[in-house]
Amino acid sequence: MNSLLQQLTEAVGISGEEKEIRRLIRDLIQEHVDEWRVDSLGNLIALKKGTGESDLQVMVDAHIDEVGLMVTDIDSDGTLRFAKVGGIDDRALLGKVVQVGPNKIIGVIGGRPVHLSTAEERDTVVKHRDMRIDIGAKKKDDAAAKINVGDRAAFVTQYEELGETALGKAFDNRAACAVLIELLRGDRYPFDLTAVFTVQEEVGLRGARVAGYAVQPDIALVLECTPAYDLPKKEDVSSNVMLGHGPAVYVMDSRTIQHPRFVAHIMQVAAAHNIPYQIRQPGGGGTNAGAIQPAHGGVPVASIAIPGRYPHTPNMIINLTDYANLLKLADTVLRSLQRNLFEPESIL
Amino acid sequence: MIDLIRKLVELYGPSGFEDQVRAFIQAEIAPYADEMRVDALGNLIALKKGDGTGKRVLVSAHTDEIGVMITHVTEKGFLRFTNIGGVFAANLLGGRVQFADGRQGVIYGDKFEDRSKLHPLNKYYIDVGATSKEDCPVRVGDAAGFYRPLLVMGDRLAAKSMDDRIGCVVGIEALKRLTASPHDVYFVFSVQEEVGLRGAAAAANGLHPDVSIALDVTGSGDTPECHPMAISLGQGTAIKVKDGGMIAHAGLVRLMRQRAEAANIPHQMEVLEGGTTDAYAMQVAGPGSISGCISIPCRYIHSASEMVDINDVEACIRLLGEILTHPIDL
Repeated sequence: MNSLLQQLTEAVGISGEEKEIRRLIRDLIQEHVDEWRVDSLGNLIALKKGTGESDLQVMVDAHIDEVGLMVTDIDSDGTLRFAKVGGIDDRALLGKVVQVGPNKIIGVIGGRPVHLSTAEERDTVVKHRDMRIDIGAKKKDDAAAKINVGDRAAFVTQYEELGETALGKAFDNRAACAVLIELLRGDRYPFDLTAVFTVQEEVGLRGARVAGYAVQPDIALVLECTPAYDLPKKEDVSSNVMLGHGPAVYVMDSRTIQHPRFVAHIMQVAAAHNIPYQIRQPGGGGTNAGAIQPAHGGVPVASIAIPGRYPHTPNMIINLTDYANLLKLADTVLRSLQRNLFEPESIL
Repeated sequence: MIDLIRKLVELYGPSGFEDQVRAFIQAEIAPYADEMRVDALGNLIALKKGDGTGKRVLVSAHTDEIGVMITHVTEKGFLRFTNIGGVFAANLLGGRVQFADGRQGVIYGDKFEDRSKLHPLNKYYIDVGATSKEDCPVRVGDAAGFYRPLLVMGDRLAAKSMDDRIGCVVGIEALKRLTASPHDVYFVFSVQEEVGLRGAAAAANGLHPDVSIALDVTGSGDTPECHPMAISLGQGTAIKVKDGGMIAHAGLVRLMRQRAEAANIPHQMEVLEGGTTDAYAMQVAGPGSISGCISIPCRYIHSASEMVDINDVEACIRLLGEILTHPIDL
């Protein structure tokens, strides 16, 4: 059992309220870094000094927040109305168990039972604003004694390993956090490596925007978890990425055109070290690279990711060999970085 | 100037892959710039030094064009794609694309059940003459731009990527003609405008200009049954007052208008209801800057036949020259 993945995915950290996951990560890394601090948004920024062979300043990002819910009101019957924090499909919510607020009050997102639904109702998607979290309270005052409006609610999922795959919540992006923690635990790099465990990615890359400004790196590598939808299809179309086919390399998404030389370098390194990789299908989605790239005069960025099925639901599945290969690829790429790969060209 | 326009518009340069355009402009302006460098995103930044009495001015024209990126190669060697920037399906059927290595392909779409309706983008494909996935020379992640040679019809010119190579032409010509200025002028030939003004944002975050001016195309309201807009081809340079992203600095707008009037440069005031330019990103980058835009009126934007009038282009060059050679006191 990978205890790092277990601890990280079972911890709670909804966008904007990441204290629990941040403290856990701080405890896991503090003996392996030279300095750490928490900035005004809650980003955990840790410096692992280099051996002094290179003056490159390298930033590696992994966001620590997960999608979830926020209590917006308490009804007279003691049930909780809620808003979504980050992108969640309403269809993934009914019948799911959640933990609400700092005291982790257990509740369930209730719905009308199948016995009492009409055929028409069963064919339509219930909107999240018509759902309630039921914490077993009898009336408003009972619920208000335990819950405050503004409290976050997170899914409750126990980490499991099923052979080569693992099941859990929030592999997006705790699997990448685990990789970054392992990188910090490893040998020093030739350069100073600044690890940024960023907040509020799921609501618009907000933590990374200020972290990129503060760190002002020469280059930045973003570690992510990207959606796999690789079940059998009839048509001749590609999956975004497939489980078990190695880490995914981003070329373009809706937020970033990744630095072409950096992307090409990652693929060359992977090929030279026999690390399997796949190109993430260009198109929608986005990573913190989009927020880091425009800082100061611009930062060369690339993003590599572990494929994960069913992201932004209570139950995700990843492949543990992909996880090991993402760690290997990230480490090998970092150790291969040379300034001339990214140096802005000087012409006159 | 037609020759310069022809070379620029026919180059390959979808957002993120502007190297060929940048290399061409580098060579073109090298004799005229005091300093030149390429930043991390690929922006070409050329400094023309002032006499020390003026402002720090950033002039931006974007080098990138809209295009497509390959997302899937079918078993039979056809290419599915996603958009880079604002690609409209109506412009695709029978069109042609070019890849970085010069290879071309034609675009067609799946069978139309109802010819009055357009397909979504994922039902179009590119045929590069391959017969199978194995012999297809293109792979997932490759980018392509649209292709069509320049058409000259008297004063009217049509081509793909007038947006914004014609702005690059205005910047290049203004730099060539700029002999002395009070201002330190940074000519930025920016990248990734079509996907969200990303190059100009990074450049302005690094350069901290006092004043920023974008050079870009704007729409026109002089074609049949079009959206009403008080801009016509051939009526002069367009001074932007407002667009979908920004309100231009009122003082800079006034100054542009005064300079145009004083030098008898034909001009029109522009209010663009949708879309925006690098000027928006530069206005809010870092601590902010005084920002405005000199626009080249253009028909059929984001098609492979974007049309401008050469007299408007000349008016834009002259107006930029008047602004840069006089004090900017706001």
